[in-house]
Amino acid sequence: MPERPDRNAIEVRGVSKIFGTGESQVAALDDVSVSIRENEFFTLLGPSGCGKTTLLRLIAGFDFPTNGQILLHGDDIALLPPYKRPVNTVFQSYALFPHMTVAGNIAFGLEMLGKPKAEIEARVAAMLKLVKMEALRDRRTSQISGGQQQRVALARALAPQPKVLLLDEPLSALDYKLRKEMQIELKRLQHETGITFIFVTHDQEEALTMSDRIAVMSAGKILQVGSPRDIYDRPAERFVADFIGESNFLDAAIVSSASGRATVRLASGAELAATLPEGFQPKDRVTVVVRPEQARLVREGGAVTGILENVVYFGTDTHFHVRPDTGGEFIVRQQNSRSGDAGFARGDRIGVAIGEDAAQVLKD
Amino acid sequence: MASAAEIAEKAERDDIRNRWLLTTPAIAIIFLAGIGPLLVVVLYSFLTPGPYGDVKWEFSTGAWVGVFLQRDIFEGTLGIADAHLSIFLRSVWLSFATTILTLIFGFPTAYFIATRSEKTQALWLFLITIPFWTNLLIRTFAVQEVIRNEGLLNSFLVWSGIVSAPVQILYTDWAIALGMIYVYLPLMVLPLYASMEKLDFRLVEAGYDLYATRFKVLTRIVIPLVKPGVIAGSILVFIPSLGAYVTPRVLGGGKQMMLGNLIELQFGAGRNWPLGAALALTLTVIVTVALLFYVRYVAAPERRNG
Ligand SMILES: Nc1ncnc2c1ncn2[C@@H]1O[C@H](COP(=O)(O)OP(=O)(O)OP(=O)(O)O)[C@@H](O)[C@H]1O
Ligand SMILES: [Mg+2]
Repeated sequence: MPERPDRNAIEVRGVSKIFGTGESQVAALDDVSVSIRENEFFTLLGPSGCGKTTLLRLIAGFDFPTNGQILLHGDDIALLPPYKRPVNTVFQSYALFPHMTVAGNIAFGLEMLGKPKAEIEARVAAMLKLVKMEALRDRRTSQISGGQQQRVALARALAPQPKVLLLDEPLSALDYKLRKEMQIELKRLQHETGITFIFVTHDQEEALTMSDRIAVMSAGKILQVGSPRDIYDRPAERFVADFIGESNFLDAAIVSSASGRATVRLASGAELAATLPEGFQPKDRVTVVVRPEQARLVREGGAVTGILENVVYFGTDTHFHVRPDTGGEFIVRQQNSRSGDAGFARGDRIGVAIGEDAAQVLKD
Repeated sequence: MASAAEIAEKAERDDIRNRWLLTTPAIAIIFLAGIGPLLVVVLYSFLTPGPYGDVKWEFSTGAWVGVFLQRDIFEGTLGIADAHLSIFLRSVWLSFATTILTLIFGFPTAYFIATRSEKTQALWLFLITIPFWTNLLIRTFAVQEVIRNEGLLNSFLVWSGIVSAPVQILYTDWAIALGMIYVYLPLMVLPLYASMEKLDFRLVEAGYDLYATRFKVLTRIVIPLVKPGVIAGSILVFIPSLGAYVTPRVLGGGKQMMLGNLIELQFGAGRNWPLGAALALTLTVIVTVALLFYVRYVAAPERRNG
C-alpha cells in the first residue's frame, strides 16, 4: 500500500500560533517545522500545555496558523477549511454525535462526501467489523462504554479513508488493561489501512512502544525528532532525557573530543567516554546523562563512588539509590536473577561503573 | 420490637403522607386558579345571554352553535359563520407566521450569543430582556408610531424618494405580524439560547472534520441537538400569539381582529357572555390540538433518549 514510503504526507514549515492579543498573548507554537512521512506512525509527545493539540488543530483546519505553512503532499493547505481536507480526527473527548446511532456516526463522513448508499452501507459494515462493534451498530453512542466509544470514534474517522488520521490522546480515558489492548489494535489498524497516523500523547511509554518516529515538544517548540531508539539512547537535550525514561545527570567538563566522541571529567575526578553532539568546545562545562540500566554497581572503583542509600525490589529488576560523594543522587537498575540478590545492602560503600557507550553529552 | 419489614412499611407510609401534605398547596392553587375558572367558563358557555351582558340561568347550546354557524338576518337560514372562521384562520395563520419568523430571526441571534465569551453573553442576554421593562401597551404604541402613515418609517421612505406616498402598513395583517414578532422574539431567543449554551461545540468541529459544510453542520448536528430549545421557544411564542389581544387591537385597528379581540367583543359591546365563553374554549381546544400535533409529529421522532 505505501506508494512512496519516504514522501512527506504532512510538512509543517515555520509554523507559529499566537492566541490572544496584547498582554495576554500566548505563543502556543513557536516556529515549528517538522515533516511527517507517508504511512508513518508519528507521535507528538510532550507535557501538558506544550502545544500538541494546537498543532493537530492546525493540521485539521480548526485553527489557522499565525505564521508559516502546512503542506499536504506538497500542497499548501493552511487556509483550507476542515471539511475540504482529506484529514480526519479522533478527538480526545471522542465527540460522538449523541443523536445518532453507532452506525449513524460511522456513516456520517461518507454521507457528507455524497457516497452512494450501497457503498456507505458496505463501508460501515466493514468498519464495524474492523473495530469489532457489529453487535452494537444500532445503539445510541450514549449507551456504550468508554472503550466502545473510543472504537466508534476511530471507525468514524477511518471510514472516509483519510490520507492522514489525527489522534489526540485517544487512549487517555481508558483503564490500563484496555489501554494496552487498544495500543496493539491501533498499531494493527495503522498497518492494515496504510494511513499516516499522527498520534498525540503525554505518556512516554505509549510513545516509545507505538511510534515509528517521535517528536518531543516543550513550550511550543519541537526539541527533537527521531525513532524511539534515537530519542531514548541519544537524547539531544536535558529536557528530552528527563521527560523520557529515568535519567541520571552528572556535571562534567570536556577534556578532549574527536568525531562525535569525547572524554569528559566528572566532579569526582574520574574520566569517562561519552557520545558528543555537535556544537561543543573542549573545556566546556556540560551535563552528561546515563540511563539507570546502563550503569553497574561495583565493590571497588567506578566512575562515581558513594553510599548505597536505598534498595527497591521491583520483581524483574532492582533499583539502587546511590548518594555520590559529590552530591546529588544516582540510580542504578539491575536485572534480578533467581540465584539470589547481588549482595549489596543499605549503607554499603560502593562504586558505579559506567560502560563505554553509556554516557551522552547534552545541550542544556 | 418492630421487625425490619414493619419499620420499612411505616417509613413508606410516612413518606406517602408527607408527600401529600407537601403537594397539597400546589394542587390547591392549580384547582383554584386553573381548573376552577375553566369549569366556570364551560358552565357559562351553556347558558343563555342576558340582555345587558351577564347570563340568564337557562341551559342553551345557542352559544356553541353561534361559534360555528350564523343565522342569515334576511332569509332566516343557518350558514357557516365565515366571520368567525376567518378570524380563527387569521389567528392561526398569524401565530404560525410569528412562530416561524421569530424562529428564523431568533436562531442566529441565540447562536451568536451562545458563541460569545461568557462575559459578553451576560451583556447580550441583558440587552435581550430590556424590552420587558416597559409595559406591553406602550411598546405596541411605539411600534404604531414607527409604522403609521406619518410615522418614522414612512417619513423616511417619502423623504428619501423610495416611495411617492406613504405605504399603508398600520391596520394590516403585516402590522399585527410585525408587532407580534417584536413582542415575542425574546421568548424565542431565551430558550434557544439555553439549549445552545449547552451545545458541545466540539461536535460542530467533528462535523466539519467529517466533510460537513456549514449548512450540513447546521441541519444535521446543531438543529437536532438544540431541538428542545426550538420546541420550547415555539410553544412559548405560538400559544400567547393565538390569544394575543393588545397587539392586534392597537396595530390591527378594529378591522383586523384576532381571537382575543373577538372574545373581548362578546364580553363588551357584544353582550354575549356565553358566546365569549364558547369562543374562549374553542381557543383552548385549538391550542391543545396544535400542541398535541406538534409534540406528536414534530418534536417526538428525534427526541433524544438517555
Ligand atoms: N483557544 C485558546 N486561546 C488561548 N490560549 C490557548 C487556546 N488554545 C490553547 N491555548 C494555550 O496554548 C498552549 C498550548 O495548548 P495545547 O492545547 O496545544 O496544549 P497540549 O499540549 O495539547 O496540552 P494537553 O496535554 O494538556 O492537552 C497552552 O498554554 C494553552 O493554554
Ligand atoms: Mg491537548
